[in-house]
Amino acid sequence: MSIAFSSRSGKQGDGRLAAVFIAPAFLGFAVFLLWPTLLGVYLSFTRFNLLTPAEWVGLDNYVRMVNDPIFWESLRVTVVYVVLNIGVQTVSALAIAVLLQRLTRSPWLRGIVLTPYLMSNVVAGVVWLWILDTQLGIGNEIVMALGLDRVPFLTDETWAVPAIALINVWRHVGYTALLLFAGLQAIPDDMYEAAKVDGASEWRMFRRITLPLLRPVLAVVLIMTVIGSFQVFDTVAVTTAGGPANATNVLQFYIYGAAFGRFQFGYASAMSVALLVVLSAITFVQYRLTRAGQTDLG
Amino acid sequence: MRFRTVAAVTGALALSLVTGCAQGAGSSADTVTYWLWDTNQLPAYQACAEDFEKQNPGLDVKISQLGWDDYWTKLTASFIAGTQPDVFTDHIQKFGQFADLQVLEPLDDLGIDDSDYQPGLAASWLGEDGRRYGVPKDWDTVALFYNEKMVKDAGLDAADLNDLAWNPEDGGTFEKAIARLTVDEQGRRGDEPGFDKDNVKVYGLATNGGGDGDGQTTWSHFAASAGWTYTGKERWGTEYRYDDDTFQSMIEWYFGLADKGYMAPFTDYSVSNQANTQVAAGTAATAFDGAWMLSTYDGFEGVDFGTAVTPAGPTGKRATMMNGLADSVSKDARNKAGALKWVKYLASEECQRTVGGYGIVFPATPDGTEAAVAAYEKKGIDVSAFTRPVEDKENFRTFSYPITNYAADVQALMRPAMQDVYGGGRPVSSLDETNDQINLILDQ
Repeated sequence: MSIAFSSRSGKQGDGRLAAVFIAPAFLGFAVFLLWPTLLGVYLSFTRFNLLTPAEWVGLDNYVRMVNDPIFWESLRVTVVYVVLNIGVQTVSALAIAVLLQRLTRSPWLRGIVLTPYLMSNVVAGVVWLWILDTQLGIGNEIVMALGLDRVPFLTDETWAVPAIALINVWRHVGYTALLLFAGLQAIPDDMYEAAKVDGASEWRMFRRITLPLLRPVLAVVLIMTVIGSFQVFDTVAVTTAGGPANATNVLQFYIYGAAFGRFQFGYASAMSVALLVVLSAITFVQYRLTRAGQTDLG
Repeated sequence: MRFRTVAAVTGALALSLVTGCAQGAGSSADTVTYWLWDTNQLPAYQACAEDFEKQNPGLDVKISQLGWDDYWTKLTASFIAGTQPDVFTDHIQKFGQFADLQVLEPLDDLGIDDSDYQPGLAASWLGEDGRRYGVPKDWDTVALFYNEKMVKDAGLDAADLNDLAWNPEDGGTFEKAIARLTVDEQGRRGDEPGFDKDNVKVYGLATNGGGDGDGQTTWSHFAASAGWTYTGKERWGTEYRYDDDTFQSMIEWYFGLADKGYMAPFTDYSVSNQANTQVAAGTAATAFDGAWMLSTYDGFEGVDFGTAVTPAGPTGKRATMMNGLADSVSKDARNKAGALKWVKYLASEECQRTVGGYGIVFPATPDGTEAAVAAYEKKGIDVSAFTRPVEDKENFRTFSYPITNYAADVQALMRPAMQDVYGGGRPVSSLDETNDQINLILDQ
């Protein structure tokens, strides 16, 4: 501590002060992110069960991964989930955000939109598990009241992934909508006024003003939500545990099972590294495609 | 100065937290920690612990009970964190993995004699290295639980249900009975003309899921009564036989009961709707379930139930899995001397008789079993469907829960595979591929 306060003037002093301020964040980054990542990469080249020492096996885990049909299937399931989840979520969030901006500015409404996000994923999962229960769920009572047959939402291979994707849309859509809403605030009102004077319809204004000017924010939101979506785990663990018949065996869940169910921490690490690579690639491509770093404003 | 004080206080706090944790989770020299998962059994073992403490002044047994799922997650975590219990209830399904991880203490020196226990129970807990890692605790078999009123309404009785036989071609008298017990929304029975299999009100047989790789309360008794065995070896086999024709034709017939509308479909099965719940709710007339479920069925309001032996199969014999739990000692137990004493007492005639007296489980010793049968009888529960297979070797075949290496991998592959055949319409021959994958893993 004494070092930081010893010289208060001059560039070097500022640098030291900055280092002191950055240190806690860096420490957290190093301990909770950098070190585990490096260790994970190392473990992916070993056979390790946590209780006996790790044994170097070279590329064995990666060879096994490439030849593991369940790995590829879980990657496919994850992609299907992400497409459903992000597709529905982004469109709904955008609609909610635009409505929030164009129709009402009530902070109450904004608060209500955010409520599902305040719930933990596990609690949301359990609540929806009961709502969607084939025999006892109120969701199925409603389906019955509509004169339809009960739907085994979480126990049928066709329904399970869409059901989980929509549960998470419900939880995250408000938060995503608020992020987009914040982006909308940055669009100057005079653009809409000018457009109105020119006789543009609400839909035309949305397409010609809102969407293009929201693009950088939308891009960042997409990158964030796609990364989050790829890492879906808790909802699956609580509602279906990967079943039925691996229909919801998303990559994170498969990795978890390999590590904590079967003690194959080496193989689980290899799959985690693969997930990291996939996510990095997707983020990079998204960033470039959406020109997230540039704005059309101004 | 102030900073240093804060740092010192924080440090001291952190340190006390760490040591606090270690003390809280572990045990001191005079405490033996013991874990089990079944709430029903807690009072019985508490009674054993009290007797044990009287005989061993200064030793204190601390029992923790956790639900089945949490139990195994927490147990594994505790081995990693070094906060494991000194003694814990062990299941064959997990035994192979714990043996692999080398977290179990060999118990050869306790002098466990196989002949003191029901046949086969002690031998199940020998590792691949021939050493003993568990002492026999109890045993269970599987039988057909049925709703007495529904059976009567169908024109059947206990004698009929105890005399059923099945075969993979037409299902035999077992399928006939199950069909008879099935009732559709219009009140037509499964064996009556016009039966609507898509709108069934009461299924003849409840669903207990796909059965994973063991089929304990689903298909294992059918498979075994057809002569099939999991690996061809009693234990530590190296090749599974899910690709066997006998097995696959049985599975095709068994899951086919759901297509005919006699057994509840796979989508009806969930954690909240297991076989016993289906019987309690009146949506199924019968269910295969284990002896450990007797108290649960007995507690159902408004449902009088009976139990019948499993149906005879193509070999002419009836079959049931006879599974036994054991108590194991952690290799790194804090109080190993106390742990060994306690585990020896758990396996003793004295403790097993005490447990038997509660009538909630069949203890592993014959005397303990007898005490349990008497206690069940006192409660008005007839357990002969569960004890007959053990006594009558001529008409019954009992077999153990499969134990091999890589048990967790086998389950991880078989669970989705069986679910897919049952619920996803995948052909039973797809199990060939799964079997190859499993045997490849066992080969490494």
